[in-house]
Amino acid sequence: MIEVTGIKEIIKPENLVYKKTKIMTDNTLSYCPGCGHGTAHRILAEVIDEEGLQSQTIGVSPVGCSVLLYNYLDVDIQQAAHGRAPAVATAIKRLLPDKFVFTYQGDGDLAAIGTAETIHACNRGENILIIFINNGIYGMTGGQMAPTTLPGMKSSTSPYGRDVKTMGNPLKMTDIVATLPGTYYVTRQSVHTPANVRKTKKAIRKAVQYQKLDKGACFIEIVSNCPSGWKMTPVQSNKWMEETMFPYYPLGDLKTPEE
Amino acid sequence: MKKELRLMKGNEAVAEAAIRAGADGYFGYPITPQSEILEYLMEANPAETTGMVVLQAESEVAAINMVYGGAACGKKVMTSSSSPGISLKQEGISYIAGAELPCLIVNVVRGGPGLGTIQPAQSDYFQSVKGGGHGDYHLIVLAPASVQEMADFVDLGFDLAFKYRNPVLILSDGAIGQMMEKVYLSQQKERSKVFPDWATTGKPATRERNIITSLDLDPNGMEMHNHKLQAKYNEIREKEVRYEEFQCEDAEYLLVAYGTSARVCQKAVQLLREKGLKVGLLRPVTLFPFPTKRINDLSGQVKGILSVEMSAGQMVEDVLLAVNGKVPVKHFGRMGGIVPTPEEVVENLKSKIIGG
Repeated sequence: MIEVTGIKEIIKPENLVYKKTKIMTDNTLSYCPGCGHGTAHRILAEVIDEEGLQSQTIGVSPVGCSVLLYNYLDVDIQQAAHGRAPAVATAIKRLLPDKFVFTYQGDGDLAAIGTAETIHACNRGENILIIFINNGIYGMTGGQMAPTTLPGMKSSTSPYGRDVKTMGNPLKMTDIVATLPGTYYVTRQSVHTPANVRKTKKAIRKAVQYQKLDKGACFIEIVSNCPSGWKMTPVQSNKWMEETMFPYYPLGDLKTPEE
Repeated sequence: MKKELRLMKGNEAVAEAAIRAGADGYFGYPITPQSEILEYLMEANPAETTGMVVLQAESEVAAINMVYGGAACGKKVMTSSSSPGISLKQEGISYIAGAELPCLIVNVVRGGPGLGTIQPAQSDYFQSVKGGGHGDYHLIVLAPASVQEMADFVDLGFDLAFKYRNPVLILSDGAIGQMMEKVYLSQQKERSKVFPDWATTGKPATRERNIITSLDLDPNGMEMHNHKLQAKYNEIREKEVRYEEFQCEDAEYLLVAYGTSARVCQKAVQLLREKGLKVGLLRPVTLFPFPTKRINDLSGQVKGILSVEMSAGQMVEDVLLAVNGKVPVKHFGRMGGIVPTPEEVVENLKSKIIGG
């Protein structure tokens, strides 16, 4: 064992600048190295902790990479059928109106099989927070084309690149839900740099606070990466995301409450 | 307390009984012949009285997943539909069974397959009692034969659902849903203020987080879960069989029928008895669990059995299993929304069993 001189003197509570969030469990994350899910989980957990909402929170996990969300967040969680999280969350919030209810869904879950549930929950103005991780691919099943896959982008089911003539166009769900009267706050963010992490966390905090107003659905898209599915290193994937994903899915608020 | 007497449609009775049972939520989607359930609840507006939530969902798929969400909060929740809509709900029902959530589902069956017809049928028997969705699971299936039972089985259904943490299905049909009869309504129950300890209601510091899922990626864990489910179904088979007998004491021939068919058969028994033929009727009230043992016992007494269903012959398979070859078992049924007449039953018993 290597002895580091003076390490014991350094490890003191007053020197701690980064620690595990209380709401994150000790379970090892199942995500690939460099994946954005871990960061998204953490900042959501931080907000729940900082807002004192652990006992008030009920989450809904999707089918996809984040299906095991309930292993990582120390709050009550229901695992929903593929795409149905907004319907599940609708009933939770209607029956327990004082609770904070969120869904956490990927692009296949939310923008393909769950399109109807997403649009209708938003359109009814359900007082829930939808967190939408968009990495343009089906990660868990091994990198198939998603509704959000960019034109020309390769995947295991678009091996020559997405041909929009035969495979359709990428769906901008966030733009769609922003047009619905039932949504209160709609924004698109990312978690690939410290600055973006801070912005996204701020957006989540805002959404959590808006939920207390009962003014409608809050919807946060996080444009994220999938190094394994995209066949890139984490660094390459973040660069590619900036250069290729952001022009199609520009970051920023799409709908903010009238002050 | 004196019970309240009303003249109601079967569908209306379900809706009123749900409010009175202290249900917390109903999630539905219009489809004939059961739309009166949603209409009645919207008009009754129980949000103002008991606080019950009534929501018209965007689809049957969304409605059953709302039931999942509500049930996982430990709430008394239900949905209703008719055959094509129930097919759409099967994925959600499988998840609910897998996650062991209590809820009530009402199927006011219409003729199929496909869009079929809006007239009554019993052709969803297999779907109801053998599973319906994917995986090894069972629903507790109650088969009402009157408007009174449509009302009574709501309360019974919720009780069984919570007792076993299992979805309960009321398997009705378009005739019972649409016809009007007198019905005694029970007193208003209070909505429950206590939650089961497994419910997701927000994690207080005093307990571990509650997780509702049907997933276990470890096949050993999943097999254990399946064993647990099967043990529960066996307990249900042992304790919850319900049936009704009509003139079986001295019967030499037996009719087996449920729901609307049982009412037709009751008249057929009367007609046959008038002709001096000793015929009885066994009406399964629970289709899962099926009254297998009682039918087996009766097969030691009778010379033959006719299973009467508004289908091509589905329940007859369970009758055959129960009888296990002891006496001849035949099926008679009408399909596609046709209700058989008592005379047809008489004729078929004579030609297929007595004369055969």
